[in-house]
Amino acid sequence: MSLGSSHATGTPPTPGADLPEHPDLLWRDTEPKRTYDVVIVGGGGHGLATAHYLAKNHGITDVAVLEKGWLAGGNMARNTTIIRSNYLWDESSGIYEHALKLWEGLEDDLGYPILFSQRGVLNLAHTLQDVRDSVRRVEANKLNGVDAEWLEPDEVRKVCPVVNTSTDIRYPVLGATYQPRAGIAKHDFVAWGFARRADEAGIDLVQDCEVTGFTTDGDRVTGVRTTRGAIGAGTVVLCAAGHTSVLTDMLGIRVPIQSHPLQALVSELLEPVHPTVVMSNAVHVYVSQAHKGELVMGAGVDSYNGYGQRGAFHVIERQMAAAVELFPVFARAHLLRTWGGIVDVSPDASPIVGRTPYENVYLNCGWGTGGFKATPGIGSALAHTIAHDEPHPLVAPFSLDRFVTGALVDEHGAAAVAH
Amino acid sequence: MSPPFRTASGGRIDRATAVEFIFDGQTLTGHPGDTLASALLAHGRHQVATSITLGRSRGIAAAWAEDPGGLVQVEEPFPEPMLLATTVELFDGLVAHGLPGQGRLADVPDSARYDAVHHHVDVLVVGAGPAGLAAALTAARAGARVALVDEQSEAGGSLLSGTERLDDAPALEWVAAAVAELAGSPEVLHLQRTTAFGSYDDGFVLALERRTDHLGAAAPRHVSRQRVWRIRARSVVVATGAHERPVVFADNDRPGTMLAGAARTFLHRYGVLPGRAAVVFTTNDSAYDTALDLSRAGVHVQAVVDARPEGSPRRREECEAAGIRLLPGAVVTGTQGVERVTHALVAPFADGAVGAGSAIACDLLLVSGGWNPAVHLYSQARGRLRYDEVLGAFLPGERLDGLTVAGSAAGVLDLAGCLADGRRGARAALTALGITPAADDRLPAAPESAVPTAPLVLWRVPDTSGADGSTSFVDLQRDATVADIARAIGAGLRSIEHVKRYTTIGTAHDQGKTSGVLTSGITAELLGIPVQDTGTTTFRPPYTPVAFAALAGRDRGRLFDPERVTALHEWHVAAGAVFEDVGQWKRPRYYPRPGEDMAAAVLRECAAARTGVGILDGSTLGKIDVQGPDAAVLLDRLYTNMMSSLKVGSVRYGVMCGVDGMVIDDGTVLRLAEDRFLVLTTTGGAAKVLDWMEEWVQTEWPDLRVHCTSVTEQWVTLPVVGPRSRDVVGAVFPGVDVSAEAFPFMTWRDTSLEGVPVRLARISFSGELAYEVYVNPWYAVAVWQRLLEAGRPHGITPYGTETMHVLRAEKGYPIIGQDTDGTVTPHDLGMAWAVSKKKPDFIGKRSFARPANADPLRKQLVGLLPVDRETVLPEGSQVVEFLADGELPPPPVPMLGHVTSSYRSAELARPFALALVRGGRERIGETVHVPVDGTLVPAEVTGSVLVDPEGARRDG
Amino acid sequence: MQLIACPWCGPREEVEFHYGGQAHVPYPDSPAELSDEEWALYVFFRDNTKGRFAERWNHTTGCRRWFNAIRDTTTYRFESVYRLDDPKPPVTELARSRRSTAP
Repeated sequence: MSLGSSHATGTPPTPGADLPEHPDLLWRDTEPKRTYDVVIVGGGGHGLATAHYLAKNHGITDVAVLEKGWLAGGNMARNTTIIRSNYLWDESSGIYEHALKLWEGLEDDLGYPILFSQRGVLNLAHTLQDVRDSVRRVEANKLNGVDAEWLEPDEVRKVCPVVNTSTDIRYPVLGATYQPRAGIAKHDFVAWGFARRADEAGIDLVQDCEVTGFTTDGDRVTGVRTTRGAIGAGTVVLCAAGHTSVLTDMLGIRVPIQSHPLQALVSELLEPVHPTVVMSNAVHVYVSQAHKGELVMGAGVDSYNGYGQRGAFHVIERQMAAAVELFPVFARAHLLRTWGGIVDVSPDASPIVGRTPYENVYLNCGWGTGGFKATPGIGSALAHTIAHDEPHPLVAPFSLDRFVTGALVDEHGAAAVAH
Repeated sequence: MSPPFRTASGGRIDRATAVEFIFDGQTLTGHPGDTLASALLAHGRHQVATSITLGRSRGIAAAWAEDPGGLVQVEEPFPEPMLLATTVELFDGLVAHGLPGQGRLADVPDSARYDAVHHHVDVLVVGAGPAGLAAALTAARAGARVALVDEQSEAGGSLLSGTERLDDAPALEWVAAAVAELAGSPEVLHLQRTTAFGSYDDGFVLALERRTDHLGAAAPRHVSRQRVWRIRARSVVVATGAHERPVVFADNDRPGTMLAGAARTFLHRYGVLPGRAAVVFTTNDSAYDTALDLSRAGVHVQAVVDARPEGSPRRREECEAAGIRLLPGAVVTGTQGVERVTHALVAPFADGAVGAGSAIACDLLLVSGGWNPAVHLYSQARGRLRYDEVLGAFLPGERLDGLTVAGSAAGVLDLAGCLADGRRGARAALTALGITPAADDRLPAAPESAVPTAPLVLWRVPDTSGADGSTSFVDLQRDATVADIARAIGAGLRSIEHVKRYTTIGTAHDQGKTSGVLTSGITAELLGIPVQDTGTTTFRPPYTPVAFAALAGRDRGRLFDPERVTALHEWHVAAGAVFEDVGQWKRPRYYPRPGEDMAAAVLRECAAARTGVGILDGSTLGKIDVQGPDAAVLLDRLYTNMMSSLKVGSVRYGVMCGVDGMVIDDGTVLRLAEDRFLVLTTTGGAAKVLDWMEEWVQTEWPDLRVHCTSVTEQWVTLPVVGPRSRDVVGAVFPGVDVSAEAFPFMTWRDTSLEGVPVRLARISFSGELAYEVYVNPWYAVAVWQRLLEAGRPHGITPYGTETMHVLRAEKGYPIIGQDTDGTVTPHDLGMAWAVSKKKPDFIGKRSFARPANADPLRKQLVGLLPVDRETVLPEGSQVVEFLADGELPPPPVPMLGHVTSSYRSAELARPFALALVRGGRERIGETVHVPVDGTLVPAEVTGSVLVDPEGARRDG
Repeated sequence: MQLIACPWCGPREEVEFHYGGQAHVPYPDSPAELSDEEWALYVFFRDNTKGRFAERWNHTTGCRRWFNAIRDTTTYRFESVYRLDDPKPPVTELARSRRSTAP
């Protein structure tokens, strides 16, 4: 009996609607060993990237990545995949530009089609103060070697014709900063690329393995207790993003982060209409059209602390109003799915990376909405930090003690961009 | 002439009226009451679209929102991407075509209206099928305030698709009576075409009402096209029914392949025969209804292929009487055909093994693999699901406060059971609310139904030789197959979330309505673990897609954010002002005369204020009335300087910091009485400062006897500025001695103008002699015009925010938020003089003592004078060290700070700037470089006060 | 979107409220006497409890009063609301007791 027959119409696939195939093998399903030189708590993008660079750059492979759920299932699976380095302060643009340079070679490094698309990002200005802040950032970026331009409204329209640059909207577009090298990538592919490389190097990726406590000896942590048994550790790295406080509470370390729900959403697949990434603070939007054709959009952060990976619907409604205000042609696009992540927000909107009161515990948190774009950068810098037992120069400014000295890296007011 | 597959009679369509539509360029007809799908099927057309990656033909596979096949693009009356043919109600003039995977947005804005309504009820019932109607009736009869929403064009749910009888009459008669009874209940809101798409905390349910979509071009313009209902229900009854589930087999995507229940819907509701010769493949009893009904309607039912070894003994007799061949213990293993099924491949199936098969000719292959309760709203409300081994489905697994699932959404699959369960659900909700159910809440009697033969849980037909599952589609919209799931598992994936992401199953338009549970089942099977352990991916809002514009509602354009205007706005508009958005306020930026650009207008306005007299509408300044015996104590704690020593009748400038010691606002304070102050804030900071005061008073210092009230809108503020201001103010307010001696700088006086109270204050944000005039907004225009009139001899000139900025910058007065960015202390601004050393504490004081505050290289506010006397340094420009060779080194170039304010000065006859510069005050007299458009502009660092540093004019 | 029971006004929509972070973090009696570390703890460090959390809310667009609440940050559900002059329910202690370093 023959099954089926040759196929009917043979219409060619919609351009871009298909995604590259994943490899036949991603990672081993491993049982944790009794002890590791390095235990990374958190199998998200940062944890997996750190594992990869520990192996690749430093030859350190006696490493376990412990993930309480499924690998890269937290913010890595939930973010809107925007990659850029056009931050204001030297410290911020330093780490993000380091990341961007790694992004530019990451597909080859990982041997994985991560769909890194340098389609540029526009940060819109809607008030005269937005304009001042934007020019300030562009000029700082240029002096730091980060590609950046200030665009007038007619130039904005050339980069992204669907942005409403007319003057009859509530907050007209007065211009935008533009970083051509910025873009997007496919988040799962990135995470899985790192995971596969780490796995190939012999690093154990242990899922369904929640850390429930730490064992300590004086100023050292000797191991972690997990839902899959006790695991000894030479060095412990906390890469748990929104759940960092749960871990640091176990260690009695105080960390100034607050975990908030952050929602995002997608539309159905659409013909190409939006060629770049557009972000606006005043009319709160950040949107790109992903590879398959869906509009991917981030909503505002819910105001209260929350670990629920969901937020309130009025935030989504407000987001839709902003989207249609800036992109009138989106009116009849459809909201297909909403979801939420947990962002760990620090007082100065900059990450907290580096030493803790425990001499062999490193902290990496507080990335807020910036974690995805930093992934390769922080992974490599953190691996360097662990290998040399000394904070990498690019993360040194982000130490926990800046909140005591007052030497903050305050990206709030100055950068005019929150995401 | 009637289309070939339209039945001669029956259905819920208006046969007397024909409507014309165009699909894929072909003009076709249908009737009101049709969907696009039913109208296409009436013409014998199953194939609607081509698949996204493989380009395979796809057809209508279900009758409502769960259809994974019939994706269309609507072009007329207005382009709308990616809708389901099964949910587009037919209207005259509809133009649509099948979609190859991506929708297309209109290139012009949507002019339709959208809105939103809040609604509060005791009981919200979602779904007007048997369970939902029973629930709504029960709740309504008890006198509860009820909302009943249902996504279809009319009530009835599954009853619209069948021939069921209640109380020995057609069930739809009961539906009509129930609807009428609800319509007669004043506390009931009943909405059809309204999809509950999101279920949130505390009984908050979002529903989308499609109000005019079914009217096409006839839709009235004044009626909103779609409306979002924000329903807050004390209790929710979810009676959303169940979706039929297919069984996966090879080439199961070929058009003509359809869920069995859908065929019954097309027959009974729409009067359409979905084919002439049908094969029915089932694992449960429900598909027998379809087989028998189709047979009665004249469809040749070639066979009922039942995977269960015995088939359905209960239905055997009926089928035999109808001449339907029964093939128990058999499965469909594949299909043949080009754009339409021509044969079903049928093979014996026993103990999980498939035998040798044969082909049965058909143009319709109907499939039923059981039913998936529509648990979306329950799951969105964080209800946990449990896997039911018998039904092969996920059911609500726990009781939720305020949300009950009833009817087939809860796994009750027979009519009598659904009616009873709907009533049970409503009674439970009423009891929880303390409402007594009515004594008489009778429900109609459903005929006794025999216990059905247990269904068989079959996710997929096992592979037969040669088949690798690569055409066994699990998610038709994503072209994802059993082979893809197998590959994902082979790659090492165990989590259903990973499988979803690897295969992309469940990520398309239908969000896995038919494919989700299949994927759980097949994954569990391949991993050899229980389905319960695999679980499902998370159900997320919305249940069905919702247009962005519907969610945006009316919050667009001018209503996107409120516009605040001052009492003089009309005057400014008439005067030709160019406006600036400052927060929500519209402020005049400058008043160009014919032929003037901004630079010319501002130079003119500045010159008037510096040499004659100018006038500004400063009404947007925040104003807070602080009253109470402890008012001075509060201000002492919040301002860096001392306010308690301020004399009644006097004014003092003050700075406020956050606890981190960074400046958050500034402004002047008028002491009105011992126990009363008028606090002026920046325009943008008004609300924040009031909130700040309230927070401290309420949460930290509840012992303080003080109250704070915004009076921003109660006073307009009209600064009259310049050497001639005394003449003008003196002329308009003769009751006040405006001499320097009687009315010195930083004092205020009350007066009146023809009985209207007026307050005058000698406050200067320009460095000139100036009087601020405060009056009730009601009299703003009159007072403004008096001032203009009195100033005419002196050439009084209205000026806007731009001139205000220039004037204040020449005096080195910072604008919080422009010259500061949340990282600047009063000391950085050169305002150590405004930081009290006497007060033991105030908000921010302790932070000044942190190590970073002692850094000599902190950025400090200074002036910059471009050496060329020409260049207006762009605001935001960075400042670098003076580079002797005039060339920038390669990056990174160390930065000293940035230009915060920069203007052309009429007074100085050259451009100038304010800048935050590292160790700036130490650098006064040095030259730095500012890169501007690729060239380095040298600029001299100066103090920040460039005009009248002694304050002689201001104090005059 | 939740209904939040303002102790003064009764249940109102979440959009009427403003979140104020952890409750019961008093302004220090004598900031000048604190070390930089102690001062930083007050300025920047707040608990980030997963679970029942005592926190501050302001009924911004209603009565404008601040109040406290015990809310579960995992489910978001409010367990109780109380006025500022009400004593703190014994909940944060419960959460705190979980924070211990293993021996």
